[in-house]
Amino acid sequence: MYYLIKRIISSIPILFGITIITFFIMHLTPGKPTDLMTDMNIKVTAEAKERLQRLYGLDKPIYVQYIDWVKRLVFFDFGNSFRDARPAKNKILERLPATILLNFVSLFFICLIAIPLGIYSAIKKDSVIDKGITIFLFISFSIPSFWLALVFMILFGVQLGCLPISGLYSFDFNNMTILMKLLDISKHLILPVAVSVITSLAILSRYTRSGMLEVLKQDYIKTAYAKGLTEKQVIIKHALKNALLPMITIIGLSIPGLIGGSFIFETIFSYPGIGRLGYEAVMARDYPVVMGIATLTAILTLLGNIIADISYTYADPRIKYK
Amino acid sequence: MGNNIKKLLKNKFAVIGLTIIFLLIFVAVFASVISPYTPSEQNLSERLLKPSMEHFFGTDDLGRDIFTRMIYGSRISLIVGFISVLIILIIGTFLGIVSGFYGGKIDYVIMRFTDIVLCFPIFFLILLIIAFLEPNIYNVMIVIGFTSWPGLARLVRAEVLSLKEREFILVAKMMALSNIKIFTVHILPNIISPLMVYSSLAIGGAILTESSLSFLGLGVQPPMPSWGQILTSGKDYIYIAWWLSIFPGIAILLTVLSFNLVGEAIRDVFDPKEDHIE
Repeated sequence: MYYLIKRIISSIPILFGITIITFFIMHLTPGKPTDLMTDMNIKVTAEAKERLQRLYGLDKPIYVQYIDWVKRLVFFDFGNSFRDARPAKNKILERLPATILLNFVSLFFICLIAIPLGIYSAIKKDSVIDKGITIFLFISFSIPSFWLALVFMILFGVQLGCLPISGLYSFDFNNMTILMKLLDISKHLILPVAVSVITSLAILSRYTRSGMLEVLKQDYIKTAYAKGLTEKQVIIKHALKNALLPMITIIGLSIPGLIGGSFIFETIFSYPGIGRLGYEAVMARDYPVVMGIATLTAILTLLGNIIADISYTYADPRIKYK
Repeated sequence: MGNNIKKLLKNKFAVIGLTIIFLLIFVAVFASVISPYTPSEQNLSERLLKPSMEHFFGTDDLGRDIFTRMIYGSRISLIVGFISVLIILIIGTFLGIVSGFYGGKIDYVIMRFTDIVLCFPIFFLILLIIAFLEPNIYNVMIVIGFTSWPGLARLVRAEVLSLKEREFILVAKMMALSNIKIFTVHILPNIISPLMVYSSLAIGGAILTESSLSFLGLGVQPPMPSWGQILTSGKDYIYIAWWLSIFPGIAILLTVLSFNLVGEAIRDVFDPKEDHIE
């Protein structure tokens, strides 16, 4: 409990840093966000430009703007989108479920595939299978995710024509029964999830392998063998539990990578999540939305790390934080 | 050192990786001699031609030869890879050494700053800084360099922390050598192998990031040909011209894979215990 409180307090400066970095990146770059509204319109006078900037508070000194922004941030008020004047918060929140769904399903399959691969590789260390798995992981680690997405789109969407290549719903989604709806969403998820899983397998799998190898060297494993247990019993009962514990942290640390990946393939697959919203907002210089997404994803990551750390301490009594 | 190079050359994967990298450097340097056409030569009567003997990898929507554009694209990938990682090396090593060596408040500040940067989905951070600065090859290298150092800073700090307690550093301190001298003469040579491993993997990462950015239109700008950018037009023509999408992707994959294989092989040679991708 004491550790929990301490961990939360120690992340306050980080939280603060996140807001400072987001804010200053946005505001130290050349060009005012209102330029996009006015540059194309030759009739706009300098006076009108100023009025527009005053409307968004862009005429105040930068530190005042920052304090105003943080004040509103406490209530998750990111301001209104420059594009359609809707609150950025709503725009982000309505896209969030799709991204969480995508990342959650991906993470599930990553664990389901990566961990057994790593364990198997470790048990059969230096065998042909271990080498095969290693090569496969190296290739999957080096594949550009957006390219894999393209290849899948060509293969399954265009050549075979069996899977949808964009969006999350079909056109007639609203007329479907619940079962059909579920099926429709799953079908749309297959390609984005496949790309995400294949390109993110390597790290977790390699960590599982080296964690497992480390555990297999321990004395208690030798003791277990000496007791006459079979290899299966030793691995399932004794080795697995200890090898998998550190994975909690690795999974926690992989969250920003997954979210980062979403920006690429959500854009390619026209998937209605915050990744695509972020890309569109960046392209349109929609500051409130961009700042909202940057802050929100950073805070989510911070939270993920804290949860991973804490569950790790609870799961493994050997770990004691000061 | 010589012994280690021999060991490295015994590793099959390292040899494959190094061969591809040297081949690529050769292609990039002699691009104008090797390529059958010029990279921006348009020929509208030869739009979207399938791969053939005249055009090994086909032509794009403006009738430009893909093979030629890919040869020139190798320059971009290599330059971005090397320069970005050079920036990462300078920042990461400097902050890591300072943090580990001085400890205390300096260490606290640098490490918290590192934590903060690590909280952002790094690709989104790069994407939005570049979009707001103005997308071009220089900004791509600078922004990748200035956002991707935290991992290295942590690594170097950990190395320095363990070196600091070793006798030769303590002796050097007692001899009142200047800190700069201790850094350059005693610390740097001892962390050179983790730096080499990290650089090799980071070059692969930087090339991937550049191609993703160029693919999204936020990287290298036309008419400069880059692999990611050829893939952008590939996406527009996925229904009729698959060759636009396939070949540049394979080039990126092979290049990144080579740097990763070499990095892993260096790790095996210098530090046989460890084995994982980071």
